[in-house]
Amino acid sequence: MAATTARSFLQVAATEEAAPPLRVVQIEGLVILKIIKHCKDHSPSLVTGQLLGLDVGSVLEVTNCFPFPMREEDEEIEADGANYQLEMMRCLREVNVDNNTVGWYQSTLLGSFQTVELIETFMNYQENIRRCVCIIYDPSRADQGVLALKALKLSDSFMELYRSNNFTGEKLREKNLSWVDIFEEIPIKVSNSALISAFMTELEPDTPVTQCDYDRLQLSTSSLMERNMEFLIECMDDLSLEQQKFQFYYRSLSRQQAQQQAWLQKRRAENMARKAAGEEPLPEEDPSNPVFKPLPEPSRLESFLITNQISNYCNQINGVSGQSFNRLYLMKALHED
Amino acid sequence: MAASDRTVLQFSSSSASLSAKVHPLVVFNICDCYVRRPDQADRVIGTLLGSVLPDGTVDIRNSYAVPHNESIEQVALDIEYHHNMLISHQKVNPKEIIVGWYSTGLGVTGGSALIHEFYSREVQNPIHLTVDTGFTNGAGTIKAYVSNNLSLGERQIAAQFQEIPLDLRMVEAERIGFDMLKATAVDKIPSDLEGMEASMQHLLVLIDDIYKYVDDVVEGRVPPDNKIGRYISNAVGSLPKVSPSVFDKLVNDSLQDHLLLLYLSSITRTQLSLAEKLNTAAQIL
Repeated sequence: MAATTARSFLQVAATEEAAPPLRVVQIEGLVILKIIKHCKDHSPSLVTGQLLGLDVGSVLEVTNCFPFPMREEDEEIEADGANYQLEMMRCLREVNVDNNTVGWYQSTLLGSFQTVELIETFMNYQENIRRCVCIIYDPSRADQGVLALKALKLSDSFMELYRSNNFTGEKLREKNLSWVDIFEEIPIKVSNSALISAFMTELEPDTPVTQCDYDRLQLSTSSLMERNMEFLIECMDDLSLEQQKFQFYYRSLSRQQAQQQAWLQKRRAENMARKAAGEEPLPEEDPSNPVFKPLPEPSRLESFLITNQISNYCNQINGVSGQSFNRLYLMKALHED
Repeated sequence: MAASDRTVLQFSSSSASLSAKVHPLVVFNICDCYVRRPDQADRVIGTLLGSVLPDGTVDIRNSYAVPHNESIEQVALDIEYHHNMLISHQKVNPKEIIVGWYSTGLGVTGGSALIHEFYSREVQNPIHLTVDTGFTNGAGTIKAYVSNNLSLGERQIAAQFQEIPLDLRMVEAERIGFDMLKATAVDKIPSDLEGMEASMQHLLVLIDDIYKYVDDVVEGRVPPDNKIGRYISNAVGSLPKVSPSVFDKLVNDSLQDHLLLLYLSSITRTQLSLAEKLNTAAQIL
């Protein structure tokens, strides 16, 4: 009957399908070119933009994107920014471009992108979209012939923790969460429509050596390494600041505990005396005493983020050194002839 | 009489020195819009954005599609959409201005002249780009035209579309790696070391080719070409002439520097994991 079918349809509609975990981000060549162009045009300042596409099963397809204009810190420009977005989405829909936001992209400088703002933006997006991804592009590494494109997502366990805004040591130990678990990197697949591949194959004959190769085989990497090291050193300074905060907290905590113990002893002694005198024993705890005020534990979020950044720099240094080793040995072999 | 009535068919000054340069993003955009076009449309029309370089070349850097309606008699273009998109794009890149328009399909049709006139009201001397997505001649031809007005005395008779040289070198796409943009699907972006390996293999192939060529010339199989010979000798001569000991010292110094950096980064990572353990494992009882 109609009633039962309606109910069953409602039941079906109400049951949420378990979303398969995101495994791959599939980007079109067009999007990569657009991102590169936008980031390169505005480097060294950092820019952002919106990604559009489709969410299909375990693959997130990114089919188009558009850049955001540079925004000054001004209140009235906020409305302009939203208007711009709506306008772009409306126009793109008229030409049959996928109108679905799947995330955003941003450019970065030598990998220094792990900030609290990134996490907050993620949380904002996550409220509206079920699955969103952030693509990070580093234009400064293009000189090395490397396409530094990464797709990031916040891990679920971290998101829950962030929502509860509780970063104390016990919580983290409970969830077994360490700094590697904050961001998840998702592998990127590149796809192109057949028409575009036909055009590209047509327009550019297969040269044996491309500009990319020239860039990779260059011997001088010192400026890149120097900047990496500088950033690394700055980050270490920040990390040591955070460590000092922790030390201070622990020291004051232990001092407070010592004070508590001393007070407790005094109370006990008093109680003994009172019992001997036949009076009511005083309570052993006194919440109004400032000695018992719980000290707030500093959040570990910052230190996690900094740790992430440092590891990123280390990875980059490793990668670049590996490349340089290859080059040096190549030169040596060539010279021996 | 005929003689007095005869007026000279005048060509307005032809911009013979004009040439255009197209960035690969534009081609990608056009193809993407073509693939997404509504079913009843035969071709896609859109605006080209870019800038004019100081030496007169037109640099086409970006594009967007504009919805239009086309029938045998008339062509209608959504002008408001065009202006809206232009304003939006200029918010991001204020330096990019309209430099012309594009359409897919081979050759220039009658309707194109009207559209071209519309665009010439927006910018002086617009470029008309045709991208043949149908691959009619067995090849995807991309051509650029400027229009010259043919006028007979005072009256305009026709517009002549004159082809201008087009520079299609895709330097940016090369930098990324053409393999990624040519194939229909690439499974993952090559990491640093894999890219390095690919480049070294390319270099090896090149060196092999040169070896074979020189061998052939020496054996007399191939007639020697002086130019190539000069290039080869230049390349070989550009290797710096340093004694082996000095060279070895250079290489070793570099190696040591890099090893030092690697060591530093490993120490940092150890430090990080230690700090991590200390921070979260510490419990005050």
